[in-house]
Amino acid sequence: MIDVNRQGEVWVFAEQHRGRLEDTPLELMSKGRHLADILQVQLSAVLLGAQVKPLAAKLFQHGADKVYLVEHPLLEHYQPNSYAKVIFELVHKYKPQIVVYGATATGRDLAPRIASAIKAGLTADCTDLQIGDHKTTNGELHKNLLFQIRPAFGGNIIATIINFDRWPQMATVREAVFPMPTPDTTRKGQIIEEKTELSQADLALEILEEHTRPKKVNLKAARLIVAGGAGVGSKENFRLIWDLANCLGAAPAATRAAVDLGYIDHDHQVGQTGTTVRPSLYIAVGISGAIQHQAGMSQSQKIVAINNDPQAPIFDVAHYKIVGNLNEIVPKMIKAIKEKSFKEPATAGK
Amino acid sequence: MAYNCVVLVKQVPDTKRITGKAMNDDGTVNRSALPAIFNPEDLNALEMALEIKDKSGGNVTVITMGLPAAATVLRDALYRGADEAILITDARAAASDTLATSYILSCAVKQLKYDIVLCGRQAIDGDTAQVGPQLAEKLGLPQITYVEKLIDIKDHTIIAQRNIGNGWQKVKTQLPVLMTVTAEANEPRVAAAKKMMKYKAALTPADVSQQVKSENPDAVASELNELSSLKCRELENKGLLIKQWNLDYIKADLNWCGRNGSPTKVHRIQSVVLAAKESKNIEPTDAGLTDMLHELIDDKIIA
Repeated sequence: MIDVNRQGEVWVFAEQHRGRLEDTPLELMSKGRHLADILQVQLSAVLLGAQVKPLAAKLFQHGADKVYLVEHPLLEHYQPNSYAKVIFELVHKYKPQIVVYGATATGRDLAPRIASAIKAGLTADCTDLQIGDHKTTNGELHKNLLFQIRPAFGGNIIATIINFDRWPQMATVREAVFPMPTPDTTRKGQIIEEKTELSQADLALEILEEHTRPKKVNLKAARLIVAGGAGVGSKENFRLIWDLANCLGAAPAATRAAVDLGYIDHDHQVGQTGTTVRPSLYIAVGISGAIQHQAGMSQSQKIVAINNDPQAPIFDVAHYKIVGNLNEIVPKMIKAIKEKSFKEPATAGK
Repeated sequence: MAYNCVVLVKQVPDTKRITGKAMNDDGTVNRSALPAIFNPEDLNALEMALEIKDKSGGNVTVITMGLPAAATVLRDALYRGADEAILITDARAAASDTLATSYILSCAVKQLKYDIVLCGRQAIDGDTAQVGPQLAEKLGLPQITYVEKLIDIKDHTIIAQRNIGNGWQKVKTQLPVLMTVTAEANEPRVAAAKKMMKYKAALTPADVSQQVKSENPDAVASELNELSSLKCRELENKGLLIKQWNLDYIKADLNWCGRNGSPTKVHRIQSVVLAAKESKNIEPTDAGLTDMLHELIDDKIIA
């Protein structure tokens, strides 16, 4: 661990694969910028790879003041041992006060390995980060700590975690909980090139084969979403969700229950174990509104809920509550939309 | 070639069935108010270890850390086919965060001979998925997280397929290794009736002293101790004594255990209250729906 260092910077791990930056570090730039401004320190990105220098410009445009760049042929493909080793060295050299990672498959593989090596704290899967003060039970006041805010206990509680003595303060942050900042193409920054000694021994794994596929739907970017739950009743009946989504130009989505029942592919899942969305309109059809689902959609600007159970928890977060049979209401809605031709260009869900 | 597997398991509150007051005022979990279960993905980790044993031979040792009552998951693991079970219990381990937990577990695992260490991807009470990678680092092992398929294991080399969020990756490494296992990896076997008959009598020393005490309410401490050690020896001879280790036994440095060893602290706990600021009931009629759509257009929510 490192000592409390009030001059330390705020760092964001700039996850990239095959020379392309992931969305999450860019989303983290908006929050990171905010935290760094409050603390009056610089916001830096930590960029590792084989030949990734050109990505620095994008990090500056999204809010970074500095980019720590570590290029090495053995960093071409992410591996936990080699990446952890390099970041461990950087943390000890520059002593940042905060390091955040996206809670992606890579971030959740890497960050705990680093935290263990540094012997510092780490909070998983945060949904918000703030700066605040903490008073210990014996009355010590610690000012300007990183509040690491996360759902716990199956989403039934929100815990605010702090680390006041063994720094850096580190957290992984869920994908898409912060909006992507608008890039400022005139923004520039400083690249700090760092050398590292790596050998084959630092690559514990041999990657034999990798298969990635683009998501079938981009829920994160969707402005309008129509989501169905187990209450839709069958895969055939899920057609209603697609129809309503199509006539609005919305992206079709679902709860975990509907995905588990095979109504629709997992790519469409919204909620704690799916995608977090923030559309301007979220129409929840036959969704009871388990806390895990609400965690992924409660930040929608307007929520319409259709459910036959007036006690369904989804109505606690809905702006428009429609109690009744979805098999009657959805066709009526489609008809009303078509009559008024409230048609959006079909850009969402591409 | 036989491989020794160590499986780390956790008894967790069933967060899908939360009833009553789940949290204490100090922000810790009120575990007594909730049904306790075998963490689901730890069952997948155990199953993977048992499959390795079925195929190549070797031993499966299951470790849990927790209150003495956590021995329930150890018995369950024995019913399903584990060879040995170890309970790590110590009041000084209370309030450990993931860093302190992984340190304590590393001290315990170091007492054993192992080729493969397995954990569930994450526990449903914390959902952090941190203990696996942290334990791998503390043991100096390579880690393969999110394993969704064990492809091959031979000559001290393992090939596994891991989930990388938007796809999968096939990786190969030399043993020893630590793997975290997802629910997709396998279908955990159920308890075997014969093993259940045998191991339902398996107890930890903590279980034994509690039993002896309730059976002999009038006995003094020295008598209770004597009766307990007698009973423990008896169980041990029958292979029914679940090992119980404390922090001294595993040579853990207390500075890295429990509250002292945990950099993360709880600042505040809030129960989740999500509510829309303003809400309206809409009649499920053509007129009601049309009015709603007009309002959404006026508010520029839809075009």
